[in-house]
Amino acid sequence: MSAGPPALLSLHDAGVWLGTVRALDAVSLTLHRGERLALLGSNGSGKTTLLRLLHGLLPHDGARRLHDLQPEGRVPRLAMLFQRPFLMSLNVRRNLQLALWLQGLPRGERAARTDAALQRFGMAGLAARAARELSGGQQQRLALARAWALGPDLLFLDEPTASLDPGAKREVESLVASLGDEGITWVMSTHNLGQAKRLATRVIYLEGGRLQADAPVQEFFGDRPPAAAAAFLRAENAWR
Amino acid sequence: MADSLSLALQLILGADRELLGIVALSLRVSAAACLCGALLGLLLGAWLAVARFPGHRVLVWAVNTLLALPAVVVGLLVYLLLSRSGPLGHWGLLFTPSAMVVAQAVLVVPLIAALTRRLVGDALREGGDQLRSLGAGPLMAALLMLLHERFAVMTVLLTAFGRAIAEVGAVMIVGGNIAGVTRVMTTAIALETSKGDLPLALALGLVLLGVVGLVNLAVGLLQGRSAGEREVFV
Repeated sequence: MSAGPPALLSLHDAGVWLGTVRALDAVSLTLHRGERLALLGSNGSGKTTLLRLLHGLLPHDGARRLHDLQPEGRVPRLAMLFQRPFLMSLNVRRNLQLALWLQGLPRGERAARTDAALQRFGMAGLAARAARELSGGQQQRLALARAWALGPDLLFLDEPTASLDPGAKREVESLVASLGDEGITWVMSTHNLGQAKRLATRVIYLEGGRLQADAPVQEFFGDRPPAAAAAFLRAENAWR
Repeated sequence: MADSLSLALQLILGADRELLGIVALSLRVSAAACLCGALLGLLLGAWLAVARFPGHRVLVWAVNTLLALPAVVVGLLVYLLLSRSGPLGHWGLLFTPSAMVVAQAVLVVPLIAALTRRLVGDALREGGDQLRSLGAGPLMAALLMLLHERFAVMTVLLTAFGRAIAEVGAVMIVGGNIAGVTRVMTTAIALETSKGDLPLALALGLVLLGVVGLVNLAVGLLQGRSAGEREVFV
């Protein structure tokens, strides 16, 4: 019997308090290498909190374990893209270089990776532009380029297309799809069921800070979706 | 009054040597004080924005309270430190421009630190998680926010400069208002007014007003630029 893809990250009975609010409760899951996981749920269901917890940005109870990559035998590199990207008030090139500097990379490698990211994301012509003067779609593309430049094994995407126009949305969506094709494992929160269906291999549904359903994408959007998500899917589909 | 004003303008337009000396010393002392105060105040403010320890709130409260510290009290404290019998008396700084720099630096550090803490705290709420996700520790993220908000930081420093150059109590006590050595614009104005030499006092007052006006103009321009950047982002 062949083993499945190796585990990258796992949570066991993890929970998060945000002030006096229990934002996540008793979440257990294992993320495997190569997966493309979509997080679904209504506003306030805990999607963003779960992404931040998975990245390690939040104090939590329960267990969070980052597994060594196999066969490389090193800790996976993580990166995160926020719904509203935060870019420093520097130009595009310096934003990329700063992220690589924070990773402790030597100057030569920083320059090479910056150039590669500018080319890969079609931003070479914008390298000298002030990052905060770019359009919303371009800013999100730069944030994605910055995350990609870090060489992540695991990428967290918090509603990356939420505030974009349809054109920019398509563009970012296709970039996210191509990152998956490059072998980057990703977890993305989204309100867009079509996007989850198109891009993801697995779907998790959250409600009230609890994980209610966890299924392969075909099953989740199939004829018999998980019972806990059925009402959510009916309500969402009613709008379409 | 009209005669005094006319004489004052003649002193300014004629580039009177005494007047120029006093103005130059004032600018030198306040600029040096702001430079020293900036090093301490920016670091303290950035650190207070991210540090969490027992007593943190008390420290923040103390820094905020020191915003209203009267200049004469600062002068008195620095005088006690630098006087011959004080703990730093052997430095021999009392009644020198260096003592005035120390006094004005002490005066502006709480101002710079308190404003910086708020500035960095607001910026971290917007982008702190992103910087942490890129690998920045809390203090590094706070220091990067000083770079990110550099126009606002310049505004803070200009505000501190305005406070320093316009104060009179501290420099009077620790400088002694010695002609040609420690006499700055504010102490000279106080002295000349008490002597009844209104033209020089008025001339210095006009120059001081001009300097403060220029500082405020620079603050306004920087605030406009900073706000403009935010609008573009929003």
